[in-house]
Amino acid sequence: MRIFDPHIHMTSRTTDDYQRMADAGVKAIVEPAFWLGQPRTSAGSFADYFDSLVGWEPFRAAQFGIRHHATIALNPKEANDPRCREALALVPRYLDKDSVVAVGEVGYDAMTPEEDEVFAAQMAMAVEFELPALVHTPHRDKARGVDRTLAVVKESGIALDRVVVDHLNEVTVGAVHDAGCWMGFSIYPDTKMSPDRMVEILRGHGLDRILVNSAADWGRSDPLLTLRTGEAMLAAGFTDDDVDKVLWRNPVEFYGQSGRLDLADPGEQDATFEGSSILRGGS
Amino acid sequence: MDLRSAIETGHAWLDDGVARVAAGPPAITRLFAAAGRHCGRAELAAAPGWTGDQAARALLLLALPTTDLPRYADELYRHGDPAEKLAVLKALPLLPIGAEAVPLLHDAIRTNDTRLVAAALGPYARHLDQAAWRQAVLKCVFMGVPLKVVDRLTDRADAELATMTAGLRDERAAAGRSFPDEALSLLEV
Repeated sequence: MRIFDPHIHMTSRTTDDYQRMADAGVKAIVEPAFWLGQPRTSAGSFADYFDSLVGWEPFRAAQFGIRHHATIALNPKEANDPRCREALALVPRYLDKDSVVAVGEVGYDAMTPEEDEVFAAQMAMAVEFELPALVHTPHRDKARGVDRTLAVVKESGIALDRVVVDHLNEVTVGAVHDAGCWMGFSIYPDTKMSPDRMVEILRGHGLDRILVNSAADWGRSDPLLTLRTGEAMLAAGFTDDDVDKVLWRNPVEFYGQSGRLDLADPGEQDATFEGSSILRGGS
Repeated sequence: MDLRSAIETGHAWLDDGVARVAAGPPAITRLFAAAGRHCGRAELAAAPGWTGDQAARALLLLALPTTDLPRYADELYRHGDPAEKLAVLKALPLLPIGAEAVPLLHDAIRTNDTRLVAAALGPYARHLDQAAWRQAVLKCVFMGVPLKVVDRLTDRADAELATMTAGLRDERAAAGRSFPDEALSLLEV
């Protein structure tokens, strides 16, 4: 099984996780910019974070043969903090980087006027930089949040098949399917979706325009729930080719729209330096 | 070495970019980020050691008015992804910039990215003071970066570097771990 996790926050994960992911067949990942649990207090903090998403984290991933890409945006939660708002001006510069394959995570948290403004501004950036968009949906008041999200997406003028609306569930998948956007599902140990429920959604809605991710971060989460979902699909009678479509070809198709996806084996390029291993510890 | 003719693809994009940078330096920001997508990232047959994006980025830097060069080299490095940082470091020996970019070498040497550490020890490292240079060479030994990346190694290696290298060798020996053979030459000063 080859796996492309289209949404995982590796900044919060250890090298043990990278090793387990590589052993499980994860060969490519996209790490969206989001919040870090601890609130940031300045734009400079975002600059360091964005630098890490296009610098240190791909370097770390490459040591395990995993190709790392990023999406960049000011997240909706911190869009509400005036001290962080200046980070919006940093975003365009990062959207030009080779490994940035979408604008994201944009969207709503508490659906404030500040979030409206930052969401719309960043959808305009997606259009300007010809990048897809990764849209987070709120964990509270989700159904109405998804409707409002789709209205902002349509208003932006972006092609709807260049947008993934993420963290969907049984209640919210229909509206996104009907809108023509990609449907993202985060598989979690307790909250969001489980592998078995995901299989039921695949049965009901088919395999097209579906992205399955672990969204693993600093909370209780599991970077191998993509694998577990693939296993649950097989147990439910889906074929190996079906699993490959959901866990590999779909994310390649979606993020490939950026024109920047580079899936060459990083083990050949980065993990060795002129023949020397760099897998030993740092200094 | 003629980097312009060594580049294998994207000449029209590059020539236009060079003209735009000469006419208005701020244009370099977006051009610099996009260079790999137009001029490739593979090593150039006609310029060993240089990739397409590095050569293109060097030519963009060379198109800047000299007075603007230090500011942009600093900014493009600091806001660059690793490929951009690498390109700035690689271009430094070719640029009329004096010793102004030494802080970039210090930054690169502080990282744990072996590519950046290695690039900081090219010919421009002649501007590094001896203490910083020794630490960087020792870091190469520590990280397993081949010492052939170090410009003028035999000229600059001194007794203090020999002492530092011996210390690392002894620690490795005590731990039962390997020590690169090529670094033994550093002990013979």
